[in-house]
Amino acid sequence: MAVKLLLEKAHIEGIRSYEVYRREGGYRSVEKALKTMSPENIVDEVKKSGLRGRGGAGFPAGMKWSFIAKPEGVPRHLVCNADESEPGTFKDRYLMENIPHLLIEGLIVSSFALGSNDTYIYIRGEYAWIVDILETAINEAKANGFVGNNILGTGFNCNIHVQRGAGAYICGEETALIESLEGKRGNPRLKPPFPAVKGLWERPTVVNNVETLSAIVPIINMGGEEYAKIGVGRSTGTKLISACGNINQPGVYEIDMTISVEEFIYSDEYCGGIANGKRLKACIPGGSSVPILPANLLLKTAKGETRYMNYESLSDGGFATGSMMGSGGFIVLDEDQCIVKNTLTLARFYRHESCGQCSPCREGTGWMEKILHNIEYGKGKISDIDLLWDIQSKIEGNTICPLGDAAAWPVAAAIRHFRDEFAWHVNHPDESQKRNFGLAHYADPIYVPVTA
Amino acid sequence: MSEQPLFKVTIDNITIEVPAGTTILEAARKIGGEVAPPTMCYYSKLKGSGGKCRTCLVEVSKGSEKDPRPMPKLVASCRTTIMDGMEVKNITSPKVLDARAGVVEFLLLNHPLDCPICDQAGECHLQDLSYEHGKEKTRYEFQKRVFHKVDLGDKIQLHMTRCILCYRCVFTADQLTTNREHGILDRGDHSQIATFIQKNLQNDFIGNVIDVCPVGALTDKTFRFKNRVWFTKPVDAHRDCDKCCGEVQLWMRGDEVYRVTARKDEWGEVKESSKGSTGWICNECRFDKKKVSDWIIEGPSNINRHSVISQGHYVGLKKPNETLSKVMQGRDPKLLMNIHEVSEVNKENIQLSLLERPAHSNDFNQ
Amino acid sequence: MGFMKFNEQQLAEFNRLVARYPEGKQKSALLPVLHLAQESFGGWLSEEALNYVAELLQIKPIEVYEVATFYSMYHLKPVGKYVFEVCQTGPCMLRGSDNIIQYIENTLGIKPGETTTDGLFTLKTVECLGACGYAPMMQLGKHYKEHLTKEKVDAIIEECRKNAAVNN
Repeated sequence: MAVKLLLEKAHIEGIRSYEVYRREGGYRSVEKALKTMSPENIVDEVKKSGLRGRGGAGFPAGMKWSFIAKPEGVPRHLVCNADESEPGTFKDRYLMENIPHLLIEGLIVSSFALGSNDTYIYIRGEYAWIVDILETAINEAKANGFVGNNILGTGFNCNIHVQRGAGAYICGEETALIESLEGKRGNPRLKPPFPAVKGLWERPTVVNNVETLSAIVPIINMGGEEYAKIGVGRSTGTKLISACGNINQPGVYEIDMTISVEEFIYSDEYCGGIANGKRLKACIPGGSSVPILPANLLLKTAKGETRYMNYESLSDGGFATGSMMGSGGFIVLDEDQCIVKNTLTLARFYRHESCGQCSPCREGTGWMEKILHNIEYGKGKISDIDLLWDIQSKIEGNTICPLGDAAAWPVAAAIRHFRDEFAWHVNHPDESQKRNFGLAHYADPIYVPVTA
Repeated sequence: MSEQPLFKVTIDNITIEVPAGTTILEAARKIGGEVAPPTMCYYSKLKGSGGKCRTCLVEVSKGSEKDPRPMPKLVASCRTTIMDGMEVKNITSPKVLDARAGVVEFLLLNHPLDCPICDQAGECHLQDLSYEHGKEKTRYEFQKRVFHKVDLGDKIQLHMTRCILCYRCVFTADQLTTNREHGILDRGDHSQIATFIQKNLQNDFIGNVIDVCPVGALTDKTFRFKNRVWFTKPVDAHRDCDKCCGEVQLWMRGDEVYRVTARKDEWGEVKESSKGSTGWICNECRFDKKKVSDWIIEGPSNINRHSVISQGHYVGLKKPNETLSKVMQGRDPKLLMNIHEVSEVNKENIQLSLLERPAHSNDFNQ
Repeated sequence: MGFMKFNEQQLAEFNRLVARYPEGKQKSALLPVLHLAQESFGGWLSEEALNYVAELLQIKPIEVYEVATFYSMYHLKPVGKYVFEVCQTGPCMLRGSDNIIQYIENTLGIKPGETTTDGLFTLKTVECLGACGYAPMMQLGKHYKEHLTKEKVDAIIEECRKNAAVNN
């Protein structure tokens, strides 16, 4: 059994309530942090832990914290990003639904480290019932002296507020989230200034993902160095993976980043293999934005080595032959799935979610969707494939926020690895409406040249 | 206040010194010419503008003297401040030119290209941009976006299909008026400038949205279809106005004032007035003072000689000998030709404007 | 219809929402207040409701319009009593969301974006709701209905009809 730090207690009966959570050792990290550590100590521990942001970008959390500006007399804020909207990702929801106090505990410790007296959880609007769960948890914690004024008699004040979004993927981008929290349209801001200097209401702000902030609890309890021993290399600690698509056991799994992709898909402890006895065709291992990989490149790197479920190994080979850990949304496609159709739904998603502020994303996402629509429904041209490639390359890197990249990468990767499936759609407009391209050669072993 | 330190910055191999805090774009404008990146959304007089259109993207090949690493992505020059020793590539970077051509294509994707019936034609920044940085053909084969018509009253004409969502008019309303009534509605590729409720824009300074609009999305309704800008002659004029600086440009033909606008600088932005503030003008000066007698004429405006507006308008140049009037013994030449007598195409009895589709050769055989 | 106003209980909730933010930053409460208004005023936001929210928060009406039109959860036109918001993004598509949408269309006789003539059901297709592991799924009011099958859809429709009959 692998180490579990976040979900270890998630299935204990009644863990949603303060009493059970406390009885199981909850809120120890608050006592330890507020009574025996300084904010600087906590930041140091988080740095030592090597914890990387779990929202998708994987930026070292301790480093992000150390950037926060501390001008005299200006309040600072911690904002928890619970706007989980990346297709394939539902881990934060799982955590908040099942063990909400873990997040609250992490929030208090983190707020203390950053000096935030008013901390906000920005949760996606559709998770309406989770707002109630969180508010109940906050009220319980408040009644027991862990939230509110003068926490544990230390003189530290911290209130936690839950803010509901209203349906916009873009608000997962931290500056769009801040805009939304200010009651505006979710248009990402131009950086600099970064939120650490001018964030919410122009005050220094840190925005962290739900899972990142929850991971602060074990880091404080066990110490940063111990935490860093779990996992491998720069992929320290545990990571929540939300697995979905054509697998036998979709769900949220906590892994310690040492297992192989193959084990994750096929072992009964995790995904339990491909559903209905079919074969694996492709997989998007880190949420819809990251490059899709055909089966052969998913299980093995281009060098023929085993691919593991961690930041480094998943990105081995760069975008040419690798992918990314991203947010941990693990989407599996079986042999009967159509890559063109899948890419079309993702392109439609990004077109729908583009805020419309900058031109490459606003115009380019819709254009890609239209072309993909033509190809999928047998009206495509061979030149469309190259055109798609060119459009995505004109979007990538040229937009205000990463949504442009997120829209470009899935299209690029699909063409890079599945070009013949696109071409088949174009060349067989009638047949492609009746059947799928199938597995083809996408699971064949990769030829690895032997070097002397 | 302490003196701002001067930073050295090199743009397209030309080095200048500018005060710390200057943006790459402003530094490039100091060098001038083609080194200055084109801008569609940035407007130096509007706080918070810029960063959206991505036409001014440049490559930073050296971050600064202290940290010489290049920036990983192209940056919006209008919103990136220079560092000491920074090196920037604009027209010397193939990457920039390629990205810019891409941006132009994106901006034109849903633009109707109805220049022949657009009042902005001739002074349109999108026309200039596509001419200078775009490709000759589009690869877009789908229907263009259309919007429901929104009526902004009897002074300002909104053509949403032409809008490139630069947000300048929103900043203008925010910063020049106390009660903004229009804004950006919806999101993504169906975002639009609108009032949500059908409402006339009414504020003494709201007319300035026409001057800041880079395309023909917001035009002067009192000038609508009256003339082409290149047929009118711009002259500088002023009047005593208790609301604004009263310093304007009159667009005249003969003795008739067709249009009144603020005065523009070489970047197409509203100029500073003689009192030092930005020369925004009020609605009264813009829409209601259309008689020469309302104004004190200062003289012909300076117009960039590359502009189409400069045709037929030769300031500081020796006029060529008017031989024609000599031939005609002092009488002015007159055109007395009826186009329908020589052309089979545009027959008087065929109302092309009533057709609901493009004209077809059959239409002329009736 | 009388003039649109929050009742006492709704006003108390409004005050609770506004109290979370520093003084002068009451605009921050706009998103939650719009949710409250939508729930309070018949499931959608009319022009009158939006103007009322602007007045309560002391902001310009256009600031409210800009926000209300940006976010996909605000309905700016009347909707049915029960809104079926069915996810159609990649992960749900892989698990057959297309068939579920088709089935609902056939059963209710409406296309996405339409409302049944009895005013009971509105069908909407939406993008990823974060339930990819429990696909196909839809949102119905405050809650998710997951692992949808044709039988389950039938049962949901039946239940809605029953509830509507009881409440009338």
